[in-house]
Amino acid sequence: MSSAISVSNLHKTYDSGFEALKNINLDIHHGEIFALLGPNGAGKTTLISTICGIVNPTSGTILADGHDIQKDYRAARTKIGLVPQELTTDAFETVWNTVSFSRGLFGKPSKPSHIEKILKDLSLWDKKDNRIITLSGGMKRRVMIAKALSHEPEILFLDEPTAGVDVELRRDMWNVVRALRESGVTIILTTHYIEEAEQMADRIGVISKGEIILVEEKHELMRSLGKKQLRLHLQEEHSAVPDTLAKYGLELAASGSELIYSYDAHEDKTGIASLLKDLDKAGIGFNDIQTKQSSLEEIFVNLVRERK
Amino acid sequence: MNLYAIRAIYLFEMHRTWRTIMQSIISPVISTSLYFVVFGSAIGGRIPEINGVSYGAFIVPGLVMLSLLTQSISNASFGIYFPKFTGTIYELLSAPVSYFEIVIAYVGAAASKSIILGVIILATAALFVPMRIEHPFVMVLFLVLTAVTFSLFGFIIGIWADGFEKLQLVPLMIVTPLTFLGGSFYSIDMLPPFWRTVTLFNPVVYLISGFRWSFYGLSDVHIGTSLAMTSVFLIVCILIVRWMFKTGYRLKS
Repeated sequence: MSSAISVSNLHKTYDSGFEALKNINLDIHHGEIFALLGPNGAGKTTLISTICGIVNPTSGTILADGHDIQKDYRAARTKIGLVPQELTTDAFETVWNTVSFSRGLFGKPSKPSHIEKILKDLSLWDKKDNRIITLSGGMKRRVMIAKALSHEPEILFLDEPTAGVDVELRRDMWNVVRALRESGVTIILTTHYIEEAEQMADRIGVISKGEIILVEEKHELMRSLGKKQLRLHLQEEHSAVPDTLAKYGLELAASGSELIYSYDAHEDKTGIASLLKDLDKAGIGFNDIQTKQSSLEEIFVNLVRERK
Repeated sequence: MNLYAIRAIYLFEMHRTWRTIMQSIISPVISTSLYFVVFGSAIGGRIPEINGVSYGAFIVPGLVMLSLLTQSISNASFGIYFPKFTGTIYELLSAPVSYFEIVIAYVGAAASKSIILGVIILATAALFVPMRIEHPFVMVLFLVLTAVTFSLFGFIIGIWADGFEKLQLVPLMIVTPLTFLGGSFYSIDMLPPFWRTVTLFNPVVYLISGFRWSFYGLSDVHIGTSLAMTSVFLIVCILIVRWMFKTGYRLKS
């Protein structure tokens, strides 16, 4: 079976000479939620725009469900829905008209029952006759999603869908995304809210300076790159770590009332037991212990920093 | 052929016309009526007949052409420029539509609007001046050919323009002067020989002359020349649009 999206040797150099994408190779599996992470200007939007046909690639091939996006653009694009980052809407049109327009544009006969379902799922039904200009930013975002879903795409791109969106809409949106995935839709999203990628995604790709630096199954990524931390709440404040404990690479935090020890939970010897013994020897007492798994955000920041 | 897309764009554009009916239909009708009143009745009464046609009736084809040209250009250029300006063009570029279909839909809608407008203006004119149409088929042919050609021209301007100023520039600085100097209000036979020759370089002369021939059988240049010139301009526009889409000019980076 072919991949939902298959990108090979993709390069994009803008007229200005800026190399936005450097030899991208990426396969998105059918039915997965793929999160693309990367700092601003890393090439996330350029990559999505190129796949969707808004930006011409300089070289390389892209297949959507086996269809070349340039030679066989009709078949490829019919399968794709795109929610861009910018809130761009036909301000003077009504919600119903603009969503129906999108369906027609993507070559599908009108199907009011489908539009009705989308609008209801996105809590837009009571706004269907409102002109878009009268809607709030969050509502406009919903309209953009409704437009992208109007032609029943098999592959959905969400470029920063939750940027500047309130909690309620984010929850609604993730419910819609989950339901879509259950119905077999492949979802590719970019986000700044890394905890969302952590909660939602099956696989994660990290892009930095136009290169894909890592693609990994999420749990694998968390496991292999995740560091654990042990926090000890001390009974007394200390101004420095005693020399006898130097080998543990401890950090003092909270103005000397906390000690932080970083370790790798996958190693045979984590060093926790000996640390506790040595603390006892040094006469440092503590009244609480906490351990913490590093979040995807920390992993991500480390990864990008390493590359610099 | 993505007929649903052509239909969707066409209806969307036509819907925009009804939404802005004051601007798209009523205001051109009012301004043209003013021309009839001022040039046709007030001043026209003092001007002798031209080849047996009263001055008021003589200027009707030219005035219809004037609004046909300006409205075709402004409808089509705005129709494609506005999505570029607001950013909604992303949807068009990511949709499974060919450039041919995009052009058919946008230009078709713009041309439909100006044809409707042209007919309304003709009907309005009939209220002010006595009119006859000797060659109705040629009249319709010119109406459609001009509307389509200049809608294409407007579409090109809309893609080329990267600001509202440029959008206004060509209609205001080139098309309106060419129309006024192209024999809307006079027969170019009335000009001194030198200016008559200069005027023949103005493409609008051929449109107005041909259109007027379909009404009264009077023309400044032969009807065949008029049709040929209009067709040439149409083909030039088609070639430019083809080139624009092939290269992604001002549409894709």
